[in-house]
Amino acid sequence: VNAPTGLGADLAQEWMHPSPKLGTLRHAEAAAVTVLLLLAVCLPLFLTGNPGPAAIAAAAIVVCGVVADVLLQRRVRAWAFCERNEDLLVRRGLLVRRLSLVPYGRMQFVDVSSGPLERAVGLATLRLHTAAATSDARIPGLPRAEAERLRDQLSTLGSAQAAGL
Amino acid sequence: VTEADALPAGEVDVGTWHRLHPLSPVVRTGRALIPLAGVLLLRLAGSNDHRNYLWDLGVVGLVALAGVVAWLVTRWRVEGTTLRIESGLLRRDSQRVPLTQVQAVDVIRPGIARALGLAEVRLRTAASSGKAGRLAYLRVAEAEQVRAQLLAIAHGVTADAPAPPEWPLYIQPGGRLLGSVVLSRPFGVLAALGVAILVTDAFAPAVAGGILSASLAYLLAIATVVWRRFNAGWRLRVGEAADGLRLRSGALETTAETIPRGRVQALVLTRPLVWRPFGWVRLQLDVAGTVKSREERQSGTRPLRTVVPAGNAEVAVGLLDRVLPDRPDQLRPPPARARWKTPLRYHWLGVDWNPTALVVTGGRITHRTVWVPLAKVQSLRLSQGPVQRRLRLATVHVDAAGRRVTASVRDRDVDEAQQLLRELAEACRQARQPLVRPHAAAQREDARSG
Repeated sequence: VNAPTGLGADLAQEWMHPSPKLGTLRHAEAAAVTVLLLLAVCLPLFLTGNPGPAAIAAAAIVVCGVVADVLLQRRVRAWAFCERNEDLLVRRGLLVRRLSLVPYGRMQFVDVSSGPLERAVGLATLRLHTAAATSDARIPGLPRAEAERLRDQLSTLGSAQAAGL
Repeated sequence: VTEADALPAGEVDVGTWHRLHPLSPVVRTGRALIPLAGVLLLRLAGSNDHRNYLWDLGVVGLVALAGVVAWLVTRWRVEGTTLRIESGLLRRDSQRVPLTQVQAVDVIRPGIARALGLAEVRLRTAASSGKAGRLAYLRVAEAEQVRAQLLAIAHGVTADAPAPPEWPLYIQPGGRLLGSVVLSRPFGVLAALGVAILVTDAFAPAVAGGILSASLAYLLAIATVVWRRFNAGWRLRVGEAADGLRLRSGALETTAETIPRGRVQALVLTRPLVWRPFGWVRLQLDVAGTVKSREERQSGTRPLRTVVPAGNAEVAVGLLDRVLPDRPDQLRPPPARARWKTPLRYHWLGVDWNPTALVVTGGRITHRTVWVPLAKVQSLRLSQGPVQRRLRLATVHVDAAGRRVTASVRDRDVDEAQQLLRELAEACRQARQPLVRPHAAAQREDARSG
């Protein structure tokens, strides 16, 4: 979708991205936290007869919420992955940019999980595990069916190329 | 009269069902019973209420009975290349350990077991869960036999082949070990705390008592670390046999470990600052898989094996030559601008690799060199923080199996780092080819043709 930029982007031609629904989910999360903060901070101020401070606090909270939302959206767009012949590449991060390369032959298992919010919009997170605890390759915001397809495909590739420790 | 009688003395027929040694429950529950007995004696001395006393006896009896029952229902034997351990009375538990997957075999003798002439055989597999095969406890001679036979099966030799000969590579001198333990960080912390408490005691005894009681748990934890380091290195003898490296050590609890060939995931050479005047180094191996037994759970796992607790550089190089003969050694430093980001590390940083292995040096105060055989690399990562982005630098992390060792190629030029990642990925793939399991290769052929 986007033109590949940043660290390790030229390792592969076609990067895939999480579902746009992940962006929607992050919008919703940012909005929910902002509303909760508004209710917790501004409502008591307003009710106790301090409309001035309430308005200032509300403005600050809304600005913070908008900034957080923009950053979250950019982070969602920064996630990218690519299935190559021998390995899976996962790219992520804005402030600290990371790229993981996990050979299929080194995968111990793949799991698909989805939290209550993810489940509500039909998304799932795929996670790859190797024998090294430090390997970290996960792809959030995959449509459930796509996550399951990817899991099955990765397990097949993994068992076909599995190398002993 | 059983079949085992027909075998030569000392041989164990691993193909038939065996029980553990009848004294096993004594050792297993011994650790739990000693504090319990202490509590019991205190109670007995303090009160005349015999009903309570009976209750306590009942508890002790139950614990002892549980131990005996656990022993009664536990049996083991070797089936083909699998070790099968059956245990449990209510919830039958049948454990099968594939011997070809074994990463290391240890013979461990805790204090109580030593007094009774018993030993535990422990198999380490790469599984990350704690359930590895444990045979606790066997007679010492029997344990040695079983260890040799299990290893022989793991290597595809018949079980009755004689134990392969072993030649020594390194013996840790006791004095230098003591020196190295005294000059280590945990001991330093312990000594500093001790001195602090003594000094405050001289001026304000009440405060000293407070400090002592507040830091007692911490002090004990550090003391344990110091003790473990000492115990693991005491009389350490490293030998090489046809089936792998043999490590024997221990002052109170003795351990004999065997690391089969080609199971070493990484090698770490450490040179702490205070050791440098003496020219001492520490060499450690990383073996995949962790074991969390009941006793070890509180103290966590011990993923790294110390092969040379405190030796000189020649000794370390000699051992490195045995474990990883083909080592890259043309270290290349990172670009000079990396000095802005890591002023303390900069002069240690270096990397080199060849088709067999990768070497990385680094460390701020303690100088560390890490070798990772490329065939053992699990995954590669590239990362770039905000400062690094300004300086056009990036770090390549090379992950080895286990929890402790990551070889980080820090602060290279971005283009160099990306190229390194690309080349290492390919080199690791090449190095891994011989390890690809035969059935996996066959499946792959099927997948290609299908």
